Amino acid sequence: MKKIISIMLFIIGMGYHASAQTKSTNTSSTSFQSSLIRGKVIYTQYCMPCHQVDGSGVMNMNPPLIKTTYVLGNQTELINILLKGMKKGVVIDDEEYSNPMPAVNFLSDLQVADVLTYVRNSFGNKGSVITPAQVKLVRAKK
Amino acid sequence: MKNKVSIIISIGVAFLLIVCYAFTLKPIKKSMENASLTLPSGFHASKIIETIGKARHIAVTKNGEVYIKLSRLVKGKGILLLTDDNKDGTYEVKSSFGDYKGTGIYLKGGYLYASSDNEVFRYKLDTQEHVIDPEHPEKVVVALLAGKQHETKSIVLDESNNIYVNIGVSSNSCQENDRGLHSPGMPGCPLLDSMGGIWKFKADELNQSYHNGERYATGLRNVVGLDWNHQNNTLFVMQHGRDNLHSAWPELYTDQQSAELPAECMYMVKKGDNAGWPYIYYDHLQHKKIVAPEYGGDGKKEGSKDFIDPVVAFPGHMAPNGLLFYTGNMFPDKYKNGAFVAFHGSWNRSPEPQEGYFVAFVPFKDGKPSGDWEPFAKGFAGVEEVMSPGQAQHRPCGLAQGPDGSIFVTDDVKGAVYKITYSK
Repeated sequence: MKKIISIMLFIIGMGYHASAQTKSTNTSSTSFQSSLIRGKVIYTQYCMPCHQVDGSGVMNMNPPLIKTTYVLGNQTELINILLKGMKKGVVIDDEEYSNPMPAVNFLSDLQVADVLTYVRNSFGNKGSVITPAQVKLVRAKK
Repeated sequence: MKNKVSIIISIGVAFLLIVCYAFTLKPIKKSMENASLTLPSGFHASKIIETIGKARHIAVTKNGEVYIKLSRLVKGKGILLLTDDNKDGTYEVKSSFGDYKGTGIYLKGGYLYASSDNEVFRYKLDTQEHVIDPEHPEKVVVALLAGKQHETKSIVLDESNNIYVNIGVSSNSCQENDRGLHSPGMPGCPLLDSMGGIWKFKADELNQSYHNGERYATGLRNVVGLDWNHQNNTLFVMQHGRDNLHSAWPELYTDQQSAELPAECMYMVKKGDNAGWPYIYYDHLQHKKIVAPEYGGDGKKEGSKDFIDPVVAFPGHMAPNGLLFYTGNMFPDKYKNGAFVAFHGSWNRSPEPQEGYFVAFVPFKDGKPSGDWEPFAKGFAGVEEVMSPGQAQHRPCGLAQGPDGSIFVTDDVKGAVYKITYSK
């Protein structure tokens, strides 16, 4: 029994060691990580009340943010959902979600970029970084 | 080497399986009883059917057959008739009809009434309370407004052949920018003209709408559970209180306050009553009607005395979707004429855990609450703590009483229907 436990601990330890190594060797990940940390704070304040702690949304009302084309697809459209809000219902996997979303255009370009980068890399999502420059461009277009 | 790795993996898997088995053995055994619900002593629950669709409100015939309204069509139909022909306690879908989705369904005076999000229909019944012509219902009410939220129409009849219809308002708190940060309330909330209240119509006149209906009560944001109290011949409704106090007004409300406030209120409603939405909300901790922040409130300022007080105030956001006054003889005396409330469960309480997902009971005497509310049937969610509503396996919605005095509870997540009985 002791042996089994120590083998399992060893396996877990190997996994941890490997992930720690990739973190420390990748320099661009530092700004990515801090964007995620700042993005989580924004998410908790403005998004979580409706979209939930795990991004799973609310049946019939608030759409989930887990691996949907709205989150991982067209980036300009995604930025615009935050800047302009969303007044029409959406259908995801045959389920309709119809609560309106208010615009959060009072957030700065950096804040919008951070929260979208956080959402695109949380809840099982894996997406590219959204930059403040992208947000600035979309905001300027109106 | 390959061999060694596969041995380690299989040992690991076996170890995990043993651990899982040891942990799950007890709860599984327990959950088989009472369809995994926790009930007061002497009560029993069973699922009479599962996976029928998004089961909302429910009506039971004098023979114990069950009509269910679905909020999403199944094979193009929105109403189910369930029967238990061989009396084994498990029901089957006998027929389905109605090409519209919705929530409301009610049986009275030889008719089955059912609602879409814009209309109320009625179907004539035969002596067995079976629908005679399911393809050709009459339209009692037409052209009601339905927005992108609170769009469902709940219905109930009184003893004088009137039907009461909830028209929920397509807004959270009548803000200029709905649910927006620091957005003020619209002056003299114009939505109340055609929404945010209970409308009264004749149950036997066709094609009625706003022009010949009566706005019976106003200032009710959204009512899903409602019932007629036959002891004092009065309408009772359960309001879904407003959301987003913290996210819209973070300087005035902490997220803990926003999780708890405002109360989910049971109102006794008489003609002409105004429950105060969007101008006030009821704070069950201060026991006061408080001015909404959209209309100059600060969390303390009291609102007008002209708005009615609730008869029962529950914690916030639990979403009361079903109300039933119990008139049966099966349950112990304390339940007679009392109110059962089905709480669909909250979503607007994060970062706090969500609440609700149970059926509560309020004792009544002569049409008034005679004691505190208490949980009655718990455990629908199937998990100890619900952090987001998607984790709940079942959510209680509709309530109805069977001819033997049992009660039925619907679930619109997995489409289960529960029957709760009592025996000493």
